[in-house]
Amino acid sequence: MAATAPPRSAPEAGSDSGKPAGRGRLRPRIPARLRQLSLPYLLLLPALALELLIHIVPMIVGIVISFKGLTLFFIRNWKSAPWTGFDNYKVAVKIHQPIGQALLHSFWVTIAFTVLSVAFSWLIGTAAAILMQDTFRGRAVLRAIFLVPYALPVYAAVITWTFMFQQETGLVNHVLHDQLHLTSDKPFWLIGGNSFWALVIVSVWKSWPFAFLALMAGLQNIPRELYEAAAMDGAGVWQQIRKITLPSLRPVNQVLVLVLFLWTFNDFNTPYVMFGQAAPHQADLISIHIYQSSFITWNFGSGSAMSVLLLLFLLLVTAVYLLLTSRKRGDADA
Amino acid sequence: MPRIPSQRSPMAQPRSFVWTRRVVLTLLLAFVLVPVYVMLSSSMKNLQDVQGSFQWIPHHLTLRPYVDIWKTIPLAHYFVNSLIVSVSATLFSVAVAIFASYGVSRYRFPGRRLFTVTVLSTQMFPGILFLLPLYLIFVNIGNSTGITLNGSRLGLIITYLTFSLPFSIWMLVGYFDSIPRDLDEAAKVDGCGPMGALFRVVVPAAVPGIVAVCVYAFMTAWGEVLFASVMTNQSTRTLAVGLREYATQNDVYWNQVMAASLVVSVPVVAGFLLLQRYLVAGLTAGAVK
Repeated sequence: MAATAPPRSAPEAGSDSGKPAGRGRLRPRIPARLRQLSLPYLLLLPALALELLIHIVPMIVGIVISFKGLTLFFIRNWKSAPWTGFDNYKVAVKIHQPIGQALLHSFWVTIAFTVLSVAFSWLIGTAAAILMQDTFRGRAVLRAIFLVPYALPVYAAVITWTFMFQQETGLVNHVLHDQLHLTSDKPFWLIGGNSFWALVIVSVWKSWPFAFLALMAGLQNIPRELYEAAAMDGAGVWQQIRKITLPSLRPVNQVLVLVLFLWTFNDFNTPYVMFGQAAPHQADLISIHIYQSSFITWNFGSGSAMSVLLLLFLLLVTAVYLLLTSRKRGDADA
Repeated sequence: MPRIPSQRSPMAQPRSFVWTRRVVLTLLLAFVLVPVYVMLSSSMKNLQDVQGSFQWIPHHLTLRPYVDIWKTIPLAHYFVNSLIVSVSATLFSVAVAIFASYGVSRYRFPGRRLFTVTVLSTQMFPGILFLLPLYLIFVNIGNSTGITLNGSRLGLIITYLTFSLPFSIWMLVGYFDSIPRDLDEAAKVDGCGPMGALFRVVVPAAVPGIVAVCVYAFMTAWGEVLFASVMTNQSTRTLAVGLREYATQNDVYWNQVMAASLVVSVPVVAGFLLLQRYLVAGLTAGAVK
């Protein structure tokens, strides 16, 4: 890489490719033109190689495995596992059989969890970003504090919430039962139906600052003149928010909502730190579910098939979403 | 340069707006800070107190948990592991992203769009999809070449550096695009090669974006749980997995858990807060446009 830089003291301007003789020692016989053509590919090469190794090849391997009966027995040499065709998929989508039923259940749980978490994160992030657009005393400090949940390592944050949700010793029940007397007993939060809501709360807590951050960045791209013109026309603050701020944030929101959706849908860390390897039935998110069916029951083929189905679903959602949002943008332009 | 957030209308704000702001922001502040307070206050209680009903104000303040955390589990060892893995992943990831983004931003070539689409779409893959294949590939590479990837820090570094790569490239391309091409054209006229232009002009002008990407990459690696729990062993375990060991069969040392959580969070949060200005600037120029 270092040899690519030519002598910096070259005096003549514009002689970049015109001196093959002078640089022959450094780059023998590679025509300047070819070098120029290959340069972008060389720049991309490391990124491409890493993406291939960690994302693309494993994905292909994953798809191959999903057609195999890969169990613990074949783990040393997965290539020798028998082909089973679409068997893994058939089992996964048979919604009247236990495996298919459980998968479908965790799929719906994940959808509900994702929609709620994204909606609240987006709402809170938008409110905070808009309310903090103008300067006021303490704004910088507040902004820094609001970003703390995003900066905290996931496990540290989620462990703390797990502690707060403990039935006997946690803050949540202490406040609800001992202090506010809202509940007659101390409910469980990490088992049973409440676990779903506990999961949503924790997810919103750590996701909304990202929405806040992205929207704050988006707000900076709104030209100030727009507000000044609106103020001249007699529009109040609320009207300015409705007519200028929110519409201007649309392009940011289109990316933000998609990113939040994908991150939340694929989130493994939160449920895993909260519940461990086996989540309660009501909060059995799909990533944990697949993890469990591959690494606990050692049925990798089936787990891979579920992952591929999940990927197909995400691809579909993304495609539909991009289509819808880009069409809307086209309408606005016309 | 990090820009100071723009102010909106210069006109006076109505009381309804000011009051909404006060109420909403106060509630949010409480929502954000309660867990942080719980972490801090519980880390200074003794074991008896965290095993009883929750106390807002610790009855007996003690710093004992901060001494004990290092003895109960090999926390320092895990800390070093996390540090090595996260710093290496960050440095490599950002270097790779700088080259790739420069290529995408400054050159038009066949396959350019395909590259960006491919790299970006890997963001949407569920981690669980390639956890197992990657595990198998690492085991196979280990068996056939003798390079230990599974269970080693190297394997984790390579894995993590690709996690932050798509977002980093995306953000840096946007940032590089916002730097006028005339600048590096001028550098080339002055005798710089493409690399010279990159390192003498583009990179210095894109420092906020690069800092933002570093912060993001480091946080991604420092906080990752899934791959760390499958691809590490006793000696390479990171904090993400190690903290679980405070829970024994009989007891969870909650005060120590909270102390350890605080200790592992402080470096990241401090760094993040110091550099958050850059992150907003980086997002403004890169991701949002």
